[in-house]
Amino acid sequence: MLTTLLGTIKDTIMIITIASGKGGTGKTTITVNLAASAPAGEVEVFDCDVEEPNSHIFLKPGNLVKSPVSTMIPKVDMEKCTLCKECEKICQFSAITIIGKKVLTFPEMCHSCLGCEMVCPEGAITSSSRELGTLIQGTNPAGIALTWGELRVGEAMSPPLIEQVKKKINSHKTALVDAPPGTSCPAIAALRNSDFALLAAEPSPFGLNDLAITVEALRILKVPMGIVISRDDGESRIVDEYAARENIEILGRIPFTREAAAVCSKGLLLRDEIPEMKSLFAQLYSTVMEKAEKEKGEARK
Amino acid sequence: MKELTIISGKGGTGKTSVTASFATLAPNRVVVDADVDAANLYLTLAHKTIHSENFIGGSLAEIDPALCTQCGDCLERCQFGAISEDFVIDPIACEGCKVCVHFCPEDAISFERQVCGEKFLSETDNGPMVHARLGIAQENSGLLVSALRQQAREIAKKKGIPLIILDGPPGIGCPVIASITNSDALLIVTEPSMSGMHDMERVKSLADQMRVPTYLCINKSDLNQEKTDAMKAFALEHNIKFAGEIPFDREVTASMNANKSLVEFSQGPAAQAMKKVWQNVSKYVNETMDVLK
Repeated sequence: MLTTLLGTIKDTIMIITIASGKGGTGKTTITVNLAASAPAGEVEVFDCDVEEPNSHIFLKPGNLVKSPVSTMIPKVDMEKCTLCKECEKICQFSAITIIGKKVLTFPEMCHSCLGCEMVCPEGAITSSSRELGTLIQGTNPAGIALTWGELRVGEAMSPPLIEQVKKKINSHKTALVDAPPGTSCPAIAALRNSDFALLAAEPSPFGLNDLAITVEALRILKVPMGIVISRDDGESRIVDEYAARENIEILGRIPFTREAAAVCSKGLLLRDEIPEMKSLFAQLYSTVMEKAEKEKGEARK
Repeated sequence: MKELTIISGKGGTGKTSVTASFATLAPNRVVVDADVDAANLYLTLAHKTIHSENFIGGSLAEIDPALCTQCGDCLERCQFGAISEDFVIDPIACEGCKVCVHFCPEDAISFERQVCGEKFLSETDNGPMVHARLGIAQENSGLLVSALRQQAREIAKKKGIPLIILDGPPGIGCPVIASITNSDALLIVTEPSMSGMHDMERVKSLADQMRVPTYLCINKSDLNQEKTDAMKAFALEHNIKFAGEIPFDREVTASMNANKSLVEFSQGPAAQAMKKVWQNVSKYVNETMDVLK
């Protein structure tokens, strides 16, 4: 559903996802500072790191509207059930099983495929729901709208909540998407259907290792990309060398200083607190937008 | 045998650096890299891989165009938007639920189990290391974590190794839950920031739900001493044993660049602090053991 929905509106909007592979490389810092550097009303932010969302700490949105997000799980009517086991047979996730004369469901294992409901010959299975988390929307004093998801603690599956956050991308504004770390389902859910990925890469062996995995994933997803070197100590060149080898453009560098780390730790924006950072992020914003527009233009051809 | 899991909530707080140092300081242990989609421990612990095998995860559906009559049944049933209008299944969107396969009137959809990654067993100075590489854009990271833990337990049991140290993934979702389930103790490695605090609180509620005793280590503690103090107070209020703080030190990155654990590489302030954290954690883990006896 997400694919078709985004397919129809995809031409009119621009989705830029900030990703990294390794955690703590500055995805959120870059997302929120880019958003604050954009001309008023030009961007909206979508925090898809629903396990640990942090963008709101920096953007400080108000007038929050919260709505619960749930997913479907089976509910069995034992009056109708004949214990035929068709549901158990189709379920690939061990979420429904027959023991003796009882049907046991394990809601936390359910992937909401509705297979059991469709296969039941007696119509004994209907949909109930499991809470995934909360969808939150608000706008900050500077007028930046933020949408984020907050996964319920104890819930294992974040992709369906990430998709709900992304469904809110429907305006003519540029969407800046803050992706979760890693390269498996949650990161892929955030990156799918993006027009451009901005990779926050830390120039360390760990940073490089995880950057390379993310680049491979983006090539499979056919999402064009650029790199911003974050936490740049000015010494290591390993990301520069990798980017040159792989023919990926470096769109900017964010120097590491103790002062910058202290500003971020207080939940403040680098561009507001450090004069050089203001021009750095303004420049990065225009570089990234220009590159993303160019890539999108080429994709249309 | 005890299992200690190292997690953080927020990424990049230093879990792997702490794990690598613990793996160097613990005399006899199995170490597991459970951050399977961004595994880094192997980069910092000298090792020799002695065994590798494929990790077989779930199955994926694939339509045979020769048999497909484009009736549209699968398209209507798929809850994951994985089937295109021209009846090709996107392997990345496919959840592996088998619904399309089951209902296809032409039996045109195959359902094969997939190789989702590779598992490795390696030797290091102080004992075995169990690690893996999840395939690019593959699912089943939770399953892979459970498989690695199972393997680590078997090895520990067979060799009489008393401790398993697990380097966990960031976040609080599927692979984190798989890393914490039935663990004997959790060490949260965090950093003194508003984000670190927010994420630590969420990880702590997860640990409470799963009833695992929790310890806290604050990394890069001097970057915001005020936050470090607030975190210590939080630990005290929430029944978290404080294991210590590690100051910001460029030697940490330098040790990474040298492919060594911090305590192997450096005698600096972070390395000294790391040794104290390990002393505390090993003491706490042993106490947990005594309580359980």
